[in-house]
Amino acid sequence: MTAMQKLLQLPVNAVNMVKTVQSQVQGQEEDKSPVLTPDSGQQAWYSALQPDELRHLRSGGTGGGGGGDQEERAPLEEGGGGGGGGFQTQPLRHDDLKEMLDSNKDSLKLEAMKRIVAMIARGKNASDLFPAVVKNVACKNIEVKKLVYVYLVRYAEEQQDLALLSISTFQRGLKDPNQLIRASALRVLSSIRVTIIVPIMMLAIKEAASDMSPYVRKTAAHAIPKLYSLDPEQKDQLIEVIEKLLADKTTLVAGSVVMAFEEVCPERIDLIHKNYRKLCNLLIDVEEWGQVVIINMLTRYARTQFLNPNINESLLEEGGSGDKTFYGSDEDEDEDEEEKEKKAEAAAMAKRKPYVMDPDHRLLLRNTKPLLQSRNAAVVMAVAQLYFHLAPKAEVGVIAKALVRLLRSHSEVQYVVLQNVATMSIKRRGMFEPYLKSFYIRSTDPTQIKVLKLEVLTNLANETNISTILREFQTYIKSMDKDFVAATIQAIGRCATNISEVRDTCLNGLVQLLSNRDELVVAESVVVIKKLLQMQPEKHSDIIKHMAKLTDNIQVPMARASILWLIGEYCEHVPKIAPDVLRKMAKSFTNEEDIVKLQIINLAAKLYLTNSKQTKLLTQYVLNLAKYDQNYDIRDRARFIRQLIVPTEKSGALSKYAKKLFLALKPAPVLESPFKDRDHFQLGSLSHLLNAKAGGYQELPDWPEAAPDPSVRNVEVFTLLERVTTLTSVPEWTKCSSREKRKEKKVEKPFYTDSEGESGPTESADSESDSASGSESSSGSEESGSGSESEESKEASESEEEEEEEEEEQKKKKKKDLKKPVQESESEQSSEEEERKHQRKSKPRKSESESESDEDEESESESSQSESEDSESEAEVKKKKKTAESKPPPKPLKKESKKEKKEMSLLDLDDFEPAPSPQVTPVNTFLSNSLVTDLEGLSLSDSVLSPATIAPSSALKSYELLHRITGEGLSVEYCFSRQPFSPDANMVAVQMQFTNSASSDTKNLHIEDVKLQSGMRVKEFPEIELLPAGETATAVMGIDFCDSTQAANFQLCTHTRKFFVSIQPPVGELMRPVFLTENEFKKEQGQLMGMNEITEKLTLDVKCRNEHAIVQRVTTAANLSRVPCGSDKECSPPVPPPDYPVHRFAGRTVTSGSLVLVTVATKEEGAAQLTVNCEKMVIGTMLVKDILQALTQ
Amino acid sequence: MTPCRVNVKRWQAEMIHSLFVINHLGDIFLEKHWKSVISRSVCDYFFEAREKAVDPENVPPVLQTPHHYLISIYRGKLFFLSVIQTEVPPLFVIEFLHRVADTFQDYFGECSESVISDNVVIVYELLEEMLDNGFPLATESNVLKEMIRPPNILRSVVNTLTGGSNVGETLPQGQLSNIPWRRAGVKYTNNEAYFDVTEEIDAIVDKSGTTVSAEIQGVIEACVKLSGMPDLTMSFMNPRLLDDVSFHPCVRFRRWESERVLSFIPPDGNFTLMTYHISSQNLVAIPVYVKQSISFFEAGSCGRLDITIGPKQTMGKTVEDLKVTVHMPKAVLNANLTASQGNYTYDFTTKLLVWDIGKLNPQKLPNLRGSLSMQTGVPNPEENPSLNIDLKIQQLAISGLKVSRLDMYGETYKPFKGVKYVTKAGKFQVRT
Repeated sequence: MTAMQKLLQLPVNAVNMVKTVQSQVQGQEEDKSPVLTPDSGQQAWYSALQPDELRHLRSGGTGGGGGGDQEERAPLEEGGGGGGGGFQTQPLRHDDLKEMLDSNKDSLKLEAMKRIVAMIARGKNASDLFPAVVKNVACKNIEVKKLVYVYLVRYAEEQQDLALLSISTFQRGLKDPNQLIRASALRVLSSIRVTIIVPIMMLAIKEAASDMSPYVRKTAAHAIPKLYSLDPEQKDQLIEVIEKLLADKTTLVAGSVVMAFEEVCPERIDLIHKNYRKLCNLLIDVEEWGQVVIINMLTRYARTQFLNPNINESLLEEGGSGDKTFYGSDEDEDEDEEEKEKKAEAAAMAKRKPYVMDPDHRLLLRNTKPLLQSRNAAVVMAVAQLYFHLAPKAEVGVIAKALVRLLRSHSEVQYVVLQNVATMSIKRRGMFEPYLKSFYIRSTDPTQIKVLKLEVLTNLANETNISTILREFQTYIKSMDKDFVAATIQAIGRCATNISEVRDTCLNGLVQLLSNRDELVVAESVVVIKKLLQMQPEKHSDIIKHMAKLTDNIQVPMARASILWLIGEYCEHVPKIAPDVLRKMAKSFTNEEDIVKLQIINLAAKLYLTNSKQTKLLTQYVLNLAKYDQNYDIRDRARFIRQLIVPTEKSGALSKYAKKLFLALKPAPVLESPFKDRDHFQLGSLSHLLNAKAGGYQELPDWPEAAPDPSVRNVEVFTLLERVTTLTSVPEWTKCSSREKRKEKKVEKPFYTDSEGESGPTESADSESDSASGSESSSGSEESGSGSESEESKEASESEEEEEEEEEEQKKKKKKDLKKPVQESESEQSSEEEERKHQRKSKPRKSESESESDEDEESESESSQSESEDSESEAEVKKKKKTAESKPPPKPLKKESKKEKKEMSLLDLDDFEPAPSPQVTPVNTFLSNSLVTDLEGLSLSDSVLSPATIAPSSALKSYELLHRITGEGLSVEYCFSRQPFSPDANMVAVQMQFTNSASSDTKNLHIEDVKLQSGMRVKEFPEIELLPAGETATAVMGIDFCDSTQAANFQLCTHTRKFFVSIQPPVGELMRPVFLTENEFKKEQGQLMGMNEITEKLTLDVKCRNEHAIVQRVTTAANLSRVPCGSDKECSPPVPPPDYPVHRFAGRTVTSGSLVLVTVATKEEGAAQLTVNCEKMVIGTMLVKDILQALTQ
Repeated sequence: MTPCRVNVKRWQAEMIHSLFVINHLGDIFLEKHWKSVISRSVCDYFFEAREKAVDPENVPPVLQTPHHYLISIYRGKLFFLSVIQTEVPPLFVIEFLHRVADTFQDYFGECSESVISDNVVIVYELLEEMLDNGFPLATESNVLKEMIRPPNILRSVVNTLTGGSNVGETLPQGQLSNIPWRRAGVKYTNNEAYFDVTEEIDAIVDKSGTTVSAEIQGVIEACVKLSGMPDLTMSFMNPRLLDDVSFHPCVRFRRWESERVLSFIPPDGNFTLMTYHISSQNLVAIPVYVKQSISFFEAGSCGRLDITIGPKQTMGKTVEDLKVTVHMPKAVLNANLTASQGNYTYDFTTKLLVWDIGKLNPQKLPNLRGSLSMQTGVPNPEENPSLNIDLKIQQLAISGLKVSRLDMYGETYKPFKGVKYVTKAGKFQVRT
């Protein structure tokens, strides 16, 4: 405010930083006016009032008596004391308050609390009243109680011990029969920031999360981030609660829990899968603030789960560059090239399978669209950014209207909206073009709004509308707001560079501005003209001449510098004027600003090189002046230039090239929008607005190259988990169309039914009809939607399989192979169709709804579309099943040979990529993952290894891929064999062991539908034709994890069933050992310092204090090799071996070959220090964690 | 666990951390922290920006400081400044702050420093309810009013005598319902529903009188005092006119999408039912024309001004409350004018010329002419000031929008229904 304050700004901030670091117990000090911090040597009670009083003194300078009457307007405060001498009676006043609080009259208590709250509101310290206030926490009067809560939440942190006195009251409240009291008790309890009560809070939250009342559950969701910020150690437990609350079906809870999700575990996108459809459907009824949070989160989610809907369009755009943004064309070429390549690649992909939107993607777009009509600007913006980031290009247009509407709102809203529109208008100009006029500027707009509107107008300018826009600009130039005029001139310059048709017009217009009376306008014009002239200097020597004349009048340094640069650069065009300008400049050299001086030296040098006859002496003179300048930059420049241009015997070889150096052709500058490329930040975010990453910002991920498995969003997961386990055999009807229906049937049965005995055609028919109605009634719209999806997909795949087949070369062989079975199965098909008809009849409402009801209809129609995309793989699956079923087992030989041939041909193709497709089976990764972890202990590890595979070392840990029960008798374990995978060195070898413990044989074991993160690859193991009952087989597959611990998801198929499984590598398996000597190790380590080094202190487990144990544990945790120790006397013989040895391990990551260096330095009493150096920081961090665990347990 | 968090920086988890309310002199007269206390000195960054901006409107709404982000709004000469620490959609905060200011306005009739200072306890209670841990909790005014009663004179007298309170004795059931905007158990003796359709014309007219851009912003404000749980349906004669609309959360989107009718269970009392936008692509009628000439002479340091206003497309209605505001260039010292109708004022400190005309008489067009005295020795201003027009036309929605009927379901009584139309000038600017 005042100059004094400004002066003190820096130290003040420094003080604050220190303060926040210090405990906040000294609240009084914090409130103190920063200006007067130094004289704080007063008594403690005195300082409570001090800041305010002193602030009056401060504001007295600018605000006159304003502060004074504010104080008078606070009767509550002044209450006890009397007028002027108020603050001296303060201790009394507080006693007064205490007395009131201790009385048994509610009215007195209330009065006291009101005064106290008023003090808090003013930022005054009332902490000394804590004991008196906290006594009243159980007061009957509701208002007193509320005010006590306000006080408590504010000061509990400072008076932790006393705050604990109040806890029991809230604990009682948590048990109250009234939901509102329960909720409010939880709310206050969780707001008390006292670490000791963390367990109590955790318990309360857990309980509240399963409360009957949705309002209490909502409060629980609100409490989660509070607890998390108090104690992040609780994260895992909190995630459990979040997971539970995410499944809540009420709108009240949805917004709050997603907020908690975003605060606590935004990276756990997997928690969203099964709630995705529900969130989409609830969205419209959620309260507005929750809508914003959910939409933002779903934007990120969709970016990871769906394919880019514009992948084809962007290609078209590339072809017809007419529609491209201006700036794109001026870009550096090589970047374009790269992009083109990428796009070509993408094009190839797109050609192979046309893009069809995932029905869930469509669901999101459709359900958010009506929210564009919300009265809340934040909601509208959230939807707008969702559309911008996720919608197909043709549909993005709908948001323009809503955004334009927001421009009528408060100026702060306008400000934010315009920033976003500016970014959008670069990418999608067409969208806002119809609303061009809505961005016209009024003289009453605040300057910051004007400048933003100008930005948008400039972005929208093209050949057709440029004349209108320029006419507008002409009006703006006459504005009184000079900052705005300057911005307009810049904008004209940008239009001129971008639209060549109007370049001359703009230039002329700008030249006219040179005679403007306002110096700022002229200066800005000069700067812009300079840039424009650089594009075609030869045509405009008169302008340069004209500008040369301006040097007499223009005083703005930047403009002077620009003119001088222009003259120097194009001195051939103005051979007569240039030396004269230099003469004038030499005269005024000493009085010029620094940037002008530098340009004078530049001009002198250039003239010397082209016209040394006339300018030699002038140049010498200028350089001499510069030599004694106060600014060292100028002195340096002068010395440098003198050496370069004036040939002396001492001058180096460079002077020969002086002319080339100075008079090289300079590329014209590109005038581009400051909003270019800002859309890599999620629009509408704070980071986007600031164009810098704000704390806690979640990156908007890029589209995946292949869509991850969409079946994870099917909701039946939980029921399935229970039910699937009951299936111990493979009944005949496995093939029947929708699995979840089957399982619906199973509900009525007790666990572990002997399905073998009962199974057979009767049951399948039974379940078919039952489930049709069962699923309909029992589950919501989502469920029935997904049910129909899988059903229709079958249909579609059947009808389309033949055309699809023809497209793919490698499929041909298979087709021949399979033709027969297809025909054979026709009878089956027809029976299936009958079944389907039957189903249709049983739910006629459903088929009707295809045209009307919104939720169901869309997903259905979409899914049938999406089939074209996936049917190829779908068909494949289908056929394999059929072959398996129709062919009698006795003749496997012939088939085997053919199969093998096919597999070989698949492997031969270098760029073979498994076609990703949405899953029809409801089994999902979640299931298998959780099972893997759940049942790890149970796994049968009597690994009988086949001789074909490389024997793994005993230390290898095997993981469960498929449990015997889930797998209906088939169990699969895998381990990382740590052997190089011979077909591809960049892959991690995964050895899988299949055990068939069922009573029947398993056939055609193979992998399908591999779902991977971008960049990851999989080499499947050759199909296992037959696995007789009770037998075990082993196979090795290769997975390129791309140095990430992302899971590879795929389906393990038998002749009857598919199992959804995933392999997630521990980070230690992503590397292979390399041999390094200690010297090499140290050298490499020296290059991987700083960010690439992670150090942790630890205490070694008692059992692992000797060298052997350490080495063993580290190498078990990670695939590394030991570096020979320093005591080997290899490098430092004179030094005696250290008392506490240092162990070193080295490896390289499998994919990228980045070095991974691990050092374990032991110290006395089991203390040790672990250091990991790795270029890949994520790998490093995770590795530290794993090794740490291995060494401390 | 602990040692594993090596590079993970932890962020405080909340959306809005603290709120400061600052008056135009730069005094922080209210602060509220939803989490730990943030020192006031964080506002110094704001004061610095405030100083730089000259005009309070030009203070950037979002500021970045080394440890915090400051998001502020300017309402009624007050700055509401919120401190946040992590990524949050800026509009989310801005919208919320406006909602806070709206609530104050709703409770106290205005949103000013004196009113906030007088009701500091209620304000504090409101803030406590509106935000939980920095996340908006109850922002519906109906819900808030159930919990915290707005002050009125009678109650404050009674309260002081009896020690009664503002806090409602009943628990806020509204928060639990599916329609949080409506209180349960509303009872009125006179059941009435009024709707005001207000349209504002935003236009830019250039020197020659041609319209550069024009659009209409409409809003339907409702005052509904109906007992029980009425379900209302409002239909329009010509709903296709509406280009873009936004609704109060009570309006059912789907009905609008499919049938173009507004179907809703109204909140109790005053609320904004919908706002709409009719964009520049449609032809927008401009009710008045302006003939003007403002010129400054190089010699004699004076200027001349001549403005005449006449009716253009008024649909047969009278234009009222006509007012012209001109922001003169700095060099204009004084204005010596004569108005044929109404009167004018010129404030030479703010350089604002206001001509209050009143009713527009089509027979005798109002005119303002005379000379302007200029500062000597200063070059003539190049720019001409633009004219801002204010006007009001009763009983007319300039877009032609008409409510055709209002039906009530769910209750048996016969309510009194009324619709009023007004057209106003919004940002109506004539360039010279």
